[in-house]
Amino acid sequence: MQISLTVNGKNYQVTPPPMKRLLDVLREDLAWTGTKEGCGEGECGACTAIMDGVLVLTCMVPICQAAGKHVTTIEGLAADGKLHRLQQAFLEKGGAQCGICTPGMIIAAAYYLEHPDEAEDIGEALAGNQCRCTGYTRIFESVKAASSLYSIV
Amino acid sequence: MNFEVLTPHSLASALDALASNEKLVPLAGATDLMVYLEAGTLAPCTFLNLQELWELRPVLALNGSLTLGALTTYRDVRLSAVKDHFPMLAWAAREVGALAIQSRGTWAGNIANGSPAADGVPALMAYDAEVDLASKNGRRSVPLAAFYRGYKQMDRRPDEIITAIRMPLPQPGWSDYYRKVGTRRFQAISKTLLAGRILLDANRTVKDVRMVFASVAPFTLRAVQTEGLLRGRHLTADLIGDATRAIQDEIHPIDDIRSTEAYRRRVTANLVRDFLAACGPVC
Repeated sequence: MQISLTVNGKNYQVTPPPMKRLLDVLREDLAWTGTKEGCGEGECGACTAIMDGVLVLTCMVPICQAAGKHVTTIEGLAADGKLHRLQQAFLEKGGAQCGICTPGMIIAAAYYLEHPDEAEDIGEALAGNQCRCTGYTRIFESVKAASSLYSIV
Repeated sequence: MNFEVLTPHSLASALDALASNEKLVPLAGATDLMVYLEAGTLAPCTFLNLQELWELRPVLALNGSLTLGALTTYRDVRLSAVKDHFPMLAWAAREVGALAIQSRGTWAGNIANGSPAADGVPALMAYDAEVDLASKNGRRSVPLAAFYRGYKQMDRRPDEIITAIRMPLPQPGWSDYYRKVGTRRFQAISKTLLAGRILLDANRTVKDVRMVFASVAPFTLRAVQTEGLLRGRHLTADLIGDATRAIQDEIHPIDDIRSTEAYRRRVTANLVRDFLAACGPVC
């Protein structure tokens, strides 16, 4: 099954088994390994990406349903050699420790900054993203810091 | 992987495919099926990918009643104005899972998955939803409250797919209540859940009521006997007490990995009291 999709602005043609997970196509076929696998069953959020403007868990998207879609992963956030303001904030505030949850955490936070009306607060926005290291406090502080940058700009 | 996919581009071709191979497994948002697939509990099969069927597109049409196309997601409802008329739908959508689940999971998929712990189905059932089904041989509608026959047993023939969900527009005066009890607020599976609606007259007599429960029976349970006990009666503290006892005869909770029968019985009674007290003697 031939499938075209766009990842971080680049067009690809792939021929995977139709139920292969978008997560595995990203990592194995297209070498976008920033997206991580955690639980593989839709609980932890490590594999979060944005597909056609909505937040998705790439472990739950069969590649046949990603045909023609535009996918943004953690690698698609930095631009012109500059970190995204969320990446910069996570760096400065200690929002990342082991790093497995970080790409999904930052993608979900980036979605929240773009769609602040879809969640009541950072807690709800990141409710689908689990972290076993930080206790969340520094993640929330990172998002707040990036968010205040956003309001100044 | 021994999984194939058919992606039809019209409802007619989808129904033709189902008529010739009733083992096809309809696939919408995939948020349940991908879990089974990854866990290795699905036998090799061919999926019928519904995502390209324009006839099932996520319209939310309000026209005396609400029609949700079968591909309508939780996010679609949260972002739409229909939540002004059907607030429980937005509350349920918010608790079904985190945002990344809400943007993929569908209401019709929640019905078809048939889990007794479904979060969307109780809200739909409390709004008297009907399920529209289509096959090559025709179309029919089934009240959602009559759709389930047992654990994961439902009134859907293998050659049918759900095309839409319809609900009458609620009359003014109803009060809605939705409370899910899980281990945490978001992204948890319920231990018990009550989706309730009640219509009281000026004297606090119960004109009509709906009480739908999750995770306390083999399927989503509308508690018709307890509703019948309440209907036409003056809503007093005594009546609320009677309802908390009556519900015990209607539910069939079990011990499982998420909770115990004893806990579910106690908390379900508390939900009944919370629902009726919030809308009754103290308002």
